[in-house]
This record gives sequence, C-alpha cells and structure tokens, in this order.
Amino acid sequence: MSQALVQNNEAWIELSAVVGPEHLRPATPEDAVEAVQPTGVIAPGTAQEVAQVLRYCNSAGLTIIPRGGGTQLGLGNRPSRADFILSLERLNRVIEHAWGDMTVTVEAGCTIDKLQGVLREHGQQLAADPMQPERATVGGVLATAESGTLRIRYGAIRDLVLGVEMALPDGSVIKAGGKVVKNVAGYDLTKLAIGSLGTLGVITRAVFRLHPVPVATASYVATLPTASEASKLVLAILDSHLVYTGLQIHARRADQIFVHVRFEGIPESLQDQYVKLVRIAGEHKFVECAGDVWTARQKLFVNPGSAVICKCCVLPSQIGSLCHALFQQAAPAEVAVTLVAQGTGLAEVRLDAAGQQLLMTVLRALRSEVDRLEGTMTVSQCPVAMKDELDVWGTLKDALPLMQRIKQKFDPGQTLNPGRFVGGI
Amino acid sequence: MNARLVSEFRSIVGDAGLVSGPEQLRTYECDGLTLFRVVPELVLLPATAQEVQAIVKLCHRERIPFVARGSGTGLSGGALPVKGGIVIGVSRMNRILEVDVPNARVVVEPGVTNSAITAAVSPHGYFYAPDPSSQVVCTVAGNVAENSGGAHCFKYGVTTTYILGLEVVVSDGSLLRLGGASLDQPGYDLVGPFVGSEGTFGIVTKITLRVIKKPETTQTLMAAFNSSSEAGAAVSAIIAAGMFPAALEIMDRLALEAAEAAVHPNYPNCQSLLLVELDGSTREVELLMEKVGPICQSCGAWELRLAKSEAERMAVWKGRKAAFAAVGRISPNYLVQDGVIPRTALPRVLGEIDRRSAEKGLRVANVFHAGDGNLHPLVLYDRRIAGQEERAMELAEDILRLCVEAGGSITGEHGIGEEKKQFMPVMFSAADLDAMQRLRSAFDPYDLCNPTKMFPGTDAKLQRPVAYEPHPIEIAGLAQRY
Repeated sequence: MSQALVQNNEAWIELSAVVGPEHLRPATPEDAVEAVQPTGVIAPGTAQEVAQVLRYCNSAGLTIIPRGGGTQLGLGNRPSRADFILSLERLNRVIEHAWGDMTVTVEAGCTIDKLQGVLREHGQQLAADPMQPERATVGGVLATAESGTLRIRYGAIRDLVLGVEMALPDGSVIKAGGKVVKNVAGYDLTKLAIGSLGTLGVITRAVFRLHPVPVATASYVATLPTASEASKLVLAILDSHLVYTGLQIHARRADQIFVHVRFEGIPESLQDQYVKLVRIAGEHKFVECAGDVWTARQKLFVNPGSAVICKCCVLPSQIGSLCHALFQQAAPAEVAVTLVAQGTGLAEVRLDAAGQQLLMTVLRALRSEVDRLEGTMTVSQCPVAMKDELDVWGTLKDALPLMQRIKQKFDPGQTLNPGRFVGGI
Repeated sequence: MNARLVSEFRSIVGDAGLVSGPEQLRTYECDGLTLFRVVPELVLLPATAQEVQAIVKLCHRERIPFVARGSGTGLSGGALPVKGGIVIGVSRMNRILEVDVPNARVVVEPGVTNSAITAAVSPHGYFYAPDPSSQVVCTVAGNVAENSGGAHCFKYGVTTTYILGLEVVVSDGSLLRLGGASLDQPGYDLVGPFVGSEGTFGIVTKITLRVIKKPETTQTLMAAFNSSSEAGAAVSAIIAAGMFPAALEIMDRLALEAAEAAVHPNYPNCQSLLLVELDGSTREVELLMEKVGPICQSCGAWELRLAKSEAERMAVWKGRKAAFAAVGRISPNYLVQDGVIPRTALPRVLGEIDRRSAEKGLRVANVFHAGDGNLHPLVLYDRRIAGQEERAMELAEDILRLCVEAGGSITGEHGIGEEKKQFMPVMFSAADLDAMQRLRSAFDPYDLCNPTKMFPGTDAKLQRPVAYEPHPIEIAGLAQRY
C-alpha cells in the first residue's frame, strides 16, 4: 500500500480524528515487529483515546501491536498481522505519588527510570529492577511480567501492583484492583493483565505499592569451580537467616561459576550480614564487588546478532543440574554459553554459535533437560527465521483451551497482538 | 433431590462421603456469617480429586449448582449454599502431600488447615506467612477462595503471593493444572485470578504453595496513646523513617477492654494501643527498635512496653486475634466490617466514624491493621432496643461508603460473598463488573460454581450489611470465633 493511499483511506482518517493528525504517522522499517511491517504508528494521549482506537480497529478488522519502550518486541511468536503500532509514549505521567501511603499511580508509558526518579525524592522506590529501565515502560514491564534481581526479596512485579486501568477492544476502559495494599473486592484482573503480552487489553495506568530506598547496599562475589558447588552454596544461603536482596549465579565457563549476593539495610547490619555470609560460605571466599553485577541479565541482550536468549524456569535446587547439562551440551557443539540464574530458579541463558543448526541442537537439548526437570523454557530472543522452526513458548499444560476462551471473551476479533502469545493467541 | 440422583452421588463418594439427613444438612446451612441460611439439597465429602470430578460431572449433566466449602469460617457468606444446590466439602482431602524444604515448597490437599502447613515446616525453620485469625481451623482451599490476609500482610503479602500452582476441577468436570512449582509458567496467570474468586471458578483439589524462612529475630512493642489519631500518626512516622515493620496494629479503648476481659493479655490501660512488630536479622531489629520507641513518644506515646519473651509476645497476639469475638462480652450484638483506606486517610476517616457513631448514638470498636489501612470497625448495638439494629446497619453502610470515598475498598480480607454483593457497584463501574463476568463465564460457562455470589443481582436495591449472629455451635460453647 503506498503512503498516499494509506493516508487517504478510511481507517487513517478515522484514527487521526481520534488522536489528532500529529499523533498518527506512517510506520518505518524500524517499526517492524519480528519482520512484520505495520502501516502506521498511533500515539493516543489518554486512556479514552486508547479505547477509541481499539474499538475502531476492532470494528474495522484491523490489528494493533501495543508498544511501550520497545525493549521486548522480540518476545513471543511473530505476529500474524500488524496494522498499527499503538505507542503509549504520550501516556507518560506520574499521576500521584502518595508517599505517606507508599503508593504511586503512574501512566503506562512512563519509563521505569523516570518513575524511580520521582519516587526517590521521598526516599522510596518501586522494588523492581527490570532490564533497560531508561527505555522500559511501566506498561511494557507489566505486559511482559518482567522481573529482575530484586524479586527474590520483594516478589514479582505482580506482587507489587495494586491495580491497573486497562482499555479493552470493545472500547471500554476498566479498572481492576485499587489504590490500597489490601483489597479482595471482585476478581483480581490485574494478575490476568500482568504477563498477558497485551493480548487482552492495553494497560493504560497502574498503581504500585512502594518500598523505602535502602540506606546502604553492598554486593559480594564468590568464585566456585563447579556448578554443583555453586548450587549448594546458593541453597545454603536460601536456607539461612540472611536478608539478601539479590542472589545470582553467573557463568560463562563450566569451571568458573560466580555467585553474587546483595545485602541492603542500615550499615551496621550489612557488616553483620557479611560476617554471617562468610561463615556459611566456608572455604569459598566472598569479596565485595561492584553493583553492576546485577545488570548481568540485561547484558545478555546487548548486540543479540544471531544469538538465542532463553528463560528456563526450574526449582532453585535444579539450577546446578541445569547449568551442568547446559555446558555439557554446548561445549562439543562449539556454542558459547552465558548463564545468569537467580536464586528463585529463574535462569536466563544466552547461546552464541556460528550456525543456526548448532543453536537449534543445543536449544532442543536444553528444552528436553528442562522438561525432565518439569520446568518450563521460553525463548525470549532469537533470529526471526528460527521462529518458524520452534514455538518460543514451549510445552503447554492442559489450561490452553481455557486461555483461548478467555482471549475470546476479551478480544474476540483478535485485534490485539494476534498470534504472538501461547498457542497462537 | 430425587432418589435416583442421590444414589448416583452415593455411588461416587460412598456412605462416608454423603450427608443427606435433614438435621445434618443444617450444619451446612451457613458459614461464619450466620444471618443468611440456605439448607443444601445434599452435602458431599469427596476423598479424592477423581471423586470431585465425578461429582462435578454429574452436577454438570443435571445442571445442579454447587458450592465448595472448607471449614466454613468465612465471614461474607461465600460458602452459603445455593438454593436447590449441593455443597462439596473438602474436609476429607486433608493430606500434606509433599514438603520440599530446599525449594521452600509444600504441596497440600485442599482441606489441610492453614496452621498445619506452618506446623509441617516449622521444624525446618520455615513458616507459611498468611495468618488469618481463624488459622487454626480454616482450610488452605478456603484461604485460596477468599485470598485470605492476616496481621502480617503489610510486610508479607496475602495468600495470592504464596500460591504457585493449583489443580482445579472446573464446572464441566475437567481437571486443570494452573501454574506449578517453578515460577513464571507461560500463558496467562490463571492462578492469580483464581485466588480470591470465592469459589466461582471451580474447586481446588491440590495446592502448591511457598513457605518462607522464619526471621532470625522478632520483637513486638506495645505503645500506649491517648487517641487512635496519635497512634495513626506514629504509624506514618515509623514508615516515613524508612522502616518496614512485619505488623502495625491499632486497638481502641473498647476493643482493648473486650480483649482484656476475654484473654487477659495485660495491655497498658489506654485509649489506643499500637503494636509494632519488627522482624529480620537480630542486629537490624535491635537497632531499629531503638528508633521506634522515640518515634512513638514524639507522637504522644506515654508508655512503651516491649514483649520480653516469646510467651509474652504470644499473649500480645492472642489478645489481638481474640478482639473480634471478645467484643461479644461488651455488647449483645455487633456488626463486623473490613473496609480498607489509604493509611494517610486514617485520622480523617476515624474522626468521621466517631462523629457518625455519636450521631447515631452507637458505639464503634476499632481494631485495625494500620500498616495497610485495613479497618475492622465493630458496630455495637442491642437488638432488643427498638431501632438500634436499623441504625447500626445504616452506620456500617456509611462506613463502607466512607472507605470507598477515601479511595479504598469495601473489603480487605473477608470477601464479597453474599454479604456485600450489592455494594460492588459502589466500587466498580458497569464496565469493570462486565470484565469480571467475562472471566467468570470463561471459567464457568454453565453458571454452576457458586452462581449467586459476588455480583449484584438484577435487583439493584442496595441490601444492608448484615448483623453478626452466633452460630449454633458457638452458642453451645463448642467453638469460638477469632
């Protein structure tokens, strides 16, 4: 479709009337999602406008890909269609920081860094450290259920959200949850929305519970010769009284495994915690290290090229065996491995190799190991061409038909993110 | 119910699992909210998930509505039977199936009690965090249905934070596994909305949950104030100082009197008592507790008392958890509500409750989780005095509206159930409620799972909050409500 034609067609005219012509533009090749080229990029300024855009597209049989900071567009299967990118960039305000209540109401397009900056003025924080906070937005983090290294202490992002406002394909704007820490009125639709990859509605606003910014932080590293020893150490820390806010395994080689631990609190207690950590670690020496070890996850995604990055969810006690199996498979195949695993049992793995077939081989072996452990594995990032050969979401349990029914109830016209989610949702 | 169907149900669960005598059925006519009563057609007590499936399949075939029931301690009528329906009790499915200490996971059947989980992991130094006051008798399945809270949720969160996986039977009788032992399973988070769905999505047959390590040290401080506003200010000041206590509880004069009469916790004799519990590493707790005292004093505390031993600490909590039931000692009748407000609205809302209770000539006892703004106003009255019950109900309704106007919720722990369903439109728009109904119909397209609860009926006329009435077993002295 030529641009002139696009701009004269009915959809273009209707949508530009909703958001104003300056907020609708033709899409460029950079706007493509997994090599699927959209027609336009639309940026509504209010939740009501988002809902109107959805309603129009829904009735006109057009599809929408919601976009925040665009940091996670590689997640999921290739969309089966992409007519418009719906950008949340204009919904970027921090609406209310109720610091006395330790809550914040924020629009979905606000970046994590901007939000944290506002919160810090009153010594508070959203106790989550998703990747690329300078670009990642509240809405994107919620839609992908992105969680970082703080999760082991403060819970997943789902545990920090008190409520959301969401625009639905039928043009309604709903709110779920509320602004208070405890609330059991009605169904918890916030949890349904979180991690639904924008396939049910578009999150336009969220309310979070907050935590104080710690007075002091210290990080430590120990270097261990085998995955099994590293895993044992992690389990000993998990079973201790230490109040860590980060616990991570980082490995690029089978014989050099780093274990990172972070403590936060008042300075006197940090020293006390360190002494106890040393006691638990025994022969393994912990030394203080820079705080940037906690960005190891994010570094996996730098210059992805033809790399495959996947997320393996296993039990904490299985990390050692997963790590061991991974290096055993990868070394003979000449595939370079980087593993960053959290003490929660969530492991992210980057595989680099000269050829796609080598990667596929290791990936299949990894998936069968994860299946054996009764965990799950999803591919977060890979070359587009590989997506034709594998389902990035992996093995699904028996709840898929129910999930499809839910999709049908909220988005019967398949307007939102068609085909990207599990089972082709 | 016709004899053919009864015998078909009997063939699934056997004689031991079937309750059909009229007197026995009356035991199941209500839950902890005794005002509403419906005698079920039949009560079935299955012993396995397969039996639950077979029962539900039969209900599906015959279009018989069913209500799941744990121990019946709910306070909003969630387990109230539905007219013409059956009750499926999970009390016989009460085994702890797996305790995985290294991964801090426990797998249980639905009828296991809340306290039994902590008992199972306690030798390993772990505990199950959600602690509703009824924890000794209430079941995990009931906790899942109601998304139960407790005094320690400010720091530790409610039930939903701890449930990782569910095996459920939905209304066509199929068995589904949602979530699982490892985190972040692909697909929609269906465990999230299932928790707190009040039995309207299906019946839980197995639960995988997370336990956590007991903190190294726990300290509890009692601070005596001349008013709940002062105590509330202390709560805000403690939080503003960057602390994150495990519990922050306030009890007012009436609640204190009642608790003292019931279990003698030896509280300071004051207008308002604040309990501050800190836990974590010993060094940090000791250092922070040194700061809590002066903060309380700067807000008007005139006595500080730190529980000196574990036994003393337990006595403090026993008094707090008994406060509800104890109010029965100072008033013949009372209404219980559990509205939530943003914490900073506390002084204003409490002032407003005081003003309105004076206006109505009624006393209101306040016991609340101050950290998370969860009020438990107990409206005291005597139904033998003409007009008091009516005024008490009006006042309770006013309080719920105050909570919503302050940006809060009509229920923090007890649920909507039968009791508050007519209040849902006060909090939610028609579109919000419609979205909830879509989810409900995806789980239960046949309207068989607890079908009359949580949503207002077509009759839009608001129903008044309902009075607390003792259950027959309470009157008989066989049980006590906490």
